[in-house]
Amino acid sequence: MVTTAEPDAPQETSSCFAIFNDVQKSYDGETLVVKGFNLEVQRGEFVTLLGPSGSGKTTCLMMMAGFETPTHGDILLDGTPINDLPPHKRGIGMVFQNYALFPHMSVAENLAFPLEVRGMSKEEISTKVANALDMVRLGEFGDRRPGQLSGGQQQRVALARALVFEPELVLMDEPLGALDKNLREEMQFEIKRIHQRLGVTMLYVTHDQTEALTMSDRIAVFNDGIVQQLATPEALYEAPENAFVAYFIGENNRLNGQVSQLDAQGEHCTVTLDSGEQVRALKVAVNEVGERTQLSLRPERVRLLSAEEPGAAGTQSPPDNVFSAEVLEVIYLGDHLRTRVAVCGSDEFIIKTPNAEGYPPLRPGQTLQVGWDACDCRALDA
Amino acid sequence: MSDSSAPATSGSAAHDPTGAPGAALTTADGVPLKQSLNRAIRRSRIKALLLVAPLLVFIGLAFVMPIFDMLSRSVDNPEVSTYLPRTSEVLVDWDGEGLPEEAAYAALAQDLAAGLKARNLGRVASRLNYEKSGMRSLFMKSARRAGRMEAPYKAALIKADEDWEDPDIWRLIKRESSPLTASYYLAAVDRQFSPTGEIVEKPEYLQIHVSLFIRTFWMSAAITGLCLLLAYPVAWLLATLPASRGNLLMILVLLPFWTSLLVRTTTWIAILQQQGVLNDMLVGVGILAEEARIQMIYNKTGTIIAMTHILLPFMILPLYSVMKTIPPSYMHAARSLGAGPITAFRRVYFPQTLPGIGAGSILVFILSIGYYITPALVGGQSGRFITNFIAYHMQTSLNWGLAAAIGSILLVVVILFYLVYNRLIGVDKVKLG
Repeated sequence: MVTTAEPDAPQETSSCFAIFNDVQKSYDGETLVVKGFNLEVQRGEFVTLLGPSGSGKTTCLMMMAGFETPTHGDILLDGTPINDLPPHKRGIGMVFQNYALFPHMSVAENLAFPLEVRGMSKEEISTKVANALDMVRLGEFGDRRPGQLSGGQQQRVALARALVFEPELVLMDEPLGALDKNLREEMQFEIKRIHQRLGVTMLYVTHDQTEALTMSDRIAVFNDGIVQQLATPEALYEAPENAFVAYFIGENNRLNGQVSQLDAQGEHCTVTLDSGEQVRALKVAVNEVGERTQLSLRPERVRLLSAEEPGAAGTQSPPDNVFSAEVLEVIYLGDHLRTRVAVCGSDEFIIKTPNAEGYPPLRPGQTLQVGWDACDCRALDA
Repeated sequence: MSDSSAPATSGSAAHDPTGAPGAALTTADGVPLKQSLNRAIRRSRIKALLLVAPLLVFIGLAFVMPIFDMLSRSVDNPEVSTYLPRTSEVLVDWDGEGLPEEAAYAALAQDLAAGLKARNLGRVASRLNYEKSGMRSLFMKSARRAGRMEAPYKAALIKADEDWEDPDIWRLIKRESSPLTASYYLAAVDRQFSPTGEIVEKPEYLQIHVSLFIRTFWMSAAITGLCLLLAYPVAWLLATLPASRGNLLMILVLLPFWTSLLVRTTTWIAILQQQGVLNDMLVGVGILAEEARIQMIYNKTGTIIAMTHILLPFMILPLYSVMKTIPPSYMHAARSLGAGPITAFRRVYFPQTLPGIGAGSILVFILSIGYYITPALVGGQSGRFITNFIAYHMQTSLNWGLAAAIGSILLVVVILFYLVYNRLIGVDKVKLG
């Protein structure tokens, strides 16, 4: 698995701030929840751990915070191992999924709590609390109880509380999970804004890929206790390195087959699908002829060609792969159309086309030619 | 009932915003909306009432009425006015100075003779004997001669017993001839009326109730404190263990409820008595000398140990139900914000368990000051509660008025504690499961 930083990640002068070094975690001594986790977070970076529930991402966050102990491996913060450091001495801010605002304290008392336990003076505390409340635009709400605030306001208080004692690293465990869609998007923007303004390092856990793609500098895709791919949002979407990442990030057409020919020097290969068609594809995770493979193809990279004249819908040269398809279903989504077609033995093949001039309307039952370039079609592990 | 009336109020609130003062909303066929709504929910109200009716009737008959009966008995004073009717009437006009006139003596002689004949003189004699010992024999002796007495009755009665020359006796009869009396309450707090009608303390050797009240309260407080100390960690464990092991522990907590109270109490006797299991063990391992066996039962220690054990589940369950609702993320948050384990517990966890502590403490304390059977069995002389004296007055001395007065005082104290609790914590925050 690729666990080192992508070459295009920002890592010029800044040293690695938080490091997971081959960390393993087991709760019952029989199965590993986290199987060898490596991650190097740069100072000031926004890194997201993305994965389905039960993939071990929250466990990794809890180990960084100090609430779980690694079964094996080291966690380093600013160059020092912190495995044996209790949570309250790590100085890491954390935002919890349910906010965990103390219900018996007012908003201001919640914010003052981390400062009081650090023994700051009263004046210093009230200045910092006021500043933090202003930062999340809740200046008026200091006297309220958390229970009197809306979900979004509670979320902002939780964020302010995690930042008020100026930690260098802030952990967030699905902080937006309980908010509705609009509020979530607003908060994503807000968190991003604060991150850029304060330059604080953030480690963020979510199962929502849109959230991860919107906010992160880099994303570690988790599944089954290991990092499947660690890369920038663009790289993850454009160049998934295995079938899980391709499936988990964005929408994805999958075709199964067997490698029938490998270009010795080139980066392409030919795959014979189970239904018999030959497809030219980019060789990503295949090494020898005869290997099983899954082809991954983004729906928006499929081109519609008119039945008679290949290339009429676009202006480019004819694509590397052209097949005839039958339209099964057309779903109108406003800005684009999703068309489900039967092609290459698959009934679940999706094509996305913009709702714009030059794209003729499609009707179920119609047959047409579809095509895609070899470089958009990635041959991944089966 | 309050549930079924809730839609009615919300319904009326709902048409407020539409404004139009005076013009109430109507349904499509012109019936006022409120009326229509009331008709619609009447059925469910009646249904709800019928469902609770059997319990309401039961509580009314078996709980509310006995309480009122007790309260009225504690001040009820019918004996003198009923069984000495002529005397009471004559004494109304007496000023209480010196001895009453001949008319009073005549009335008393008549009442005594009539009472002896009707065989109800004993009641008034016992009643007055509570106030002044010797009254019973004075009455019975005089009554036997009253039938043969002739005028002047004053001389005749004084001849029968010279106590009739004592104005205090007459004042006592006059005072107790009113239909209500405070003397039971005075007796319950070791006070009495002096012969001149002032409230004074009883002689020291007769004082017993106040010290018993005080003992009951401090021992109940000690039991409550012990229960809290023992229950808090157990409740925490219950709330944090995974469900499977938590359920097992919960069964262990509830196990005492499945055993008879008498069995549990007598088991403590077997364990704690001087020839009991615990003393045997201590002697066996050489910690105690054979002749230095500790008296752990039939005293305050016995009462406190046995009652702490019996009442412990009533503390664990409210604590558990509150702790169950506190997510672990609060403690995590406190720790991540820089608080050490003790600070985090003190400032974040503990304050959130206060409703549980309040609920458990008030429950255990109230149960404890009303407890009867355990102190009676293991309390000996020094570990008895005021409730044991209520039982004594009910069953042995047959002074029901005094028993009712002590019971009423306990009831008032419990209500006071409830009000204080409501003021401090709020009864709506009580969680019992």
